[in-house]
Amino acid sequence: MSSSGLRDSHVQLNEDGSLRHFLTIDGLSQSLLTEIMENAERFIDFGQRKIKKAPLLRGYTIVNLFFEPSTRTRTTFEIAAKRLSADVINLNAQRSSTSKGETLLDTARNLQAMHADMLIVRDSHAGAAHLIATHLNDQLQVVNAGDGRHAHPTQAMLDMFTIRQYKPDFSKLAVAIVGDVLHSRVARSQIQALGILGVPDIRVIGPNTLIPTDVESLGVTAHTSMETGLDNVDVVIMLRLQRERMIGQLIASEQEYFKTWGLTQERFASTNKNAIVMHPGPINRGLEISSSMADSPNSLILPQVTNGIAIRMSVLSMVMSGVEGVKE
Amino acid sequence: MRIAINGGLLIDPKAGTEKKQNVYINNGVVEAIGKSPAWGNKKATNIDASGLIVSPGFVDLRARMREPGHEHKATLASETRAAAIAGITSLCMPPDCIPAIDTPAIAQMIKHRANGLGGTQVYPIAALTHGLHGSVLTDMKALIDAGCVGVSNALTPLDNSLVMRRALQYATTFDILTLIYPQNASLRGNGVAHEGRVSTRLGLPASPVAAEIVGLARDLALVETTGARAHFCGISSARAVEMIQEARARGLSVTADVAIAHLHLTEDSLLSFDTNCHVEPPFRSEQDRQALISAVADGTITAICTDHQPHEPEAKLTPFSESEPGTSSLEVLLPLALTTGKQTQMPLASTIALLTYGPAQILNIDVGEISVGHRADICIFDLDEQWILNKDTINSAGKNSPFLGDTLTGKVKQVICGGKLKIN
Repeated sequence: MSSSGLRDSHVQLNEDGSLRHFLTIDGLSQSLLTEIMENAERFIDFGQRKIKKAPLLRGYTIVNLFFEPSTRTRTTFEIAAKRLSADVINLNAQRSSTSKGETLLDTARNLQAMHADMLIVRDSHAGAAHLIATHLNDQLQVVNAGDGRHAHPTQAMLDMFTIRQYKPDFSKLAVAIVGDVLHSRVARSQIQALGILGVPDIRVIGPNTLIPTDVESLGVTAHTSMETGLDNVDVVIMLRLQRERMIGQLIASEQEYFKTWGLTQERFASTNKNAIVMHPGPINRGLEISSSMADSPNSLILPQVTNGIAIRMSVLSMVMSGVEGVKE
Repeated sequence: MRIAINGGLLIDPKAGTEKKQNVYINNGVVEAIGKSPAWGNKKATNIDASGLIVSPGFVDLRARMREPGHEHKATLASETRAAAIAGITSLCMPPDCIPAIDTPAIAQMIKHRANGLGGTQVYPIAALTHGLHGSVLTDMKALIDAGCVGVSNALTPLDNSLVMRRALQYATTFDILTLIYPQNASLRGNGVAHEGRVSTRLGLPASPVAAEIVGLARDLALVETTGARAHFCGISSARAVEMIQEARARGLSVTADVAIAHLHLTEDSLLSFDTNCHVEPPFRSEQDRQALISAVADGTITAICTDHQPHEPEAKLTPFSESEPGTSSLEVLLPLALTTGKQTQMPLASTIALLTYGPAQILNIDVGEISVGHRADICIFDLDEQWILNKDTINSAGKNSPFLGDTLTGKVKQVICGGKLKIN
């Protein structure tokens, strides 16, 4: 019976406090998050080099194990690993809890038997990466690329990294996260990262159906109105709305949603001067964000993607650096 | 076989006994209490119970045996033996085995198999609807005649309120007890965690308190209008406790139980994604847990059960929401009930009543007491002995306990089941 609540971070840390796996932001220290970002700085101009390779992970085999479809996250992980000279294998696997197929742990054990060194895991169930890390702790490094609604820690770190490029002092920021917080692993990880980095004013905005119960316990204030929620914020993070499963259930209609919570130039005017807009993608133009807002100079949607590679290179190299034989 | 239990403190809540008295058993039946029979201690197995408590064997309102249908998890043989060693001498088996207990033949088969094993007595609960599908009522009368002690749709709530109403009306025709797991299926959805702080932090699909109390409100209304005798299983929230209290105060024939683990764990136990803490209904807030403890202490809840659900290891080696719900809880029933009793400063006899006479009274069956001429079902335990729960001290085939590694206080030393010793 454990009530620590920090077991996640115990599983993901070595005894000296360095990263062993990367499963969640929850429970990590400010200095570790800062280290991830500072380590990423040295990879940021990599993409512009003629030879886009560093030999840090040469000889290591990294498996992208994705049980959920993904383009952006899988691709940026793949590019990050390849730029670090690792061998990368992509597995887009199917898994169903009802069919008597191979279990998640058996799949992971098979990959471990093939001497994979690291698994980058995405699964639709909260705790999936944690499960593999707990049971194959000694043999494999695990990086969470999204587990259910629980966590998406590399996405949160690339967002923090992007914010830092424009707003270096976290202790002075007001940040609003808008939309489907309930189903969003990105929002959970962002809220935790912002809190750890010392952001004093974190807000979530959306209809009550999309704001999880007791959301204040995460250290945020909840708003239902964009007008009050965006007032004087420095950073606006828009979340993707999954149209198919929401309309008529969690939101009334696309029209009403966009009219009430869509980010438009007009609404954006109530934010602070030089406020920035982010979105983890893929975006729904005209549903959560207007086209003109998505393409405005304040929008950092594309720089986020570029930064995603640097952050993932940083995380992969830090996780592997704890393993014997990897030297920087 | 003659057994003399000497020097123990006899506590029988039904008779109101709490006194150092010897108990004499002959031929499976209690022959004398206090005053020794003609055979005295001669030609008898003498048990020295000095310093120990002698209580009626425990009556468990809900324990899955996994047979028939899930023998890879556990069997009647493994679980009736484990239950007996844990002091449980009578238990009710919910109808959700495979096939469901929806015909007299299945009920008789289970009783025949179980009672041939010589462990705990098994009382099947009959399915309320065929296959638990919620549409066609079972032959309740025939099922009761075949040895079932009540009817229930187990963990599958009846969506159709008309079927529920008719089921209750039909049950009242024969004065049959209906055991209800109060839940609104659509509000529960695919929820696996209490909707609150922890489900929000971990992003686990949530089951709100509303799922329980909406289900309970409907069923209380139907109980009231049909005059049915109803027992509510595994209450988990503070509001549900209040509703049961109100219903009882208004004179409805309503009882309730709580699963032992719900008196000890809250939503916080999920923070490490421990799949052994995946239960149905979910562990709720600390405030809910405190309300359940108060309800046990003030008599709103009159039975504590194990809600035992043994699993093979693989059932829990999955991401949390994919794991199968339920805990293996036979061994923890006594020590954890004693702990709750101590916390609330309940008299020991009241704690024992929650495990014996309380559940027996709900079922209206003739167990949970020690009296002359009755079947000898007795548990002898040490109030203070400490021991560690681990895979070796769990006798059930299912090792899925959230309490693994914990030090528990209170240990069963000997059990007499139908006049036979169960611990060597």
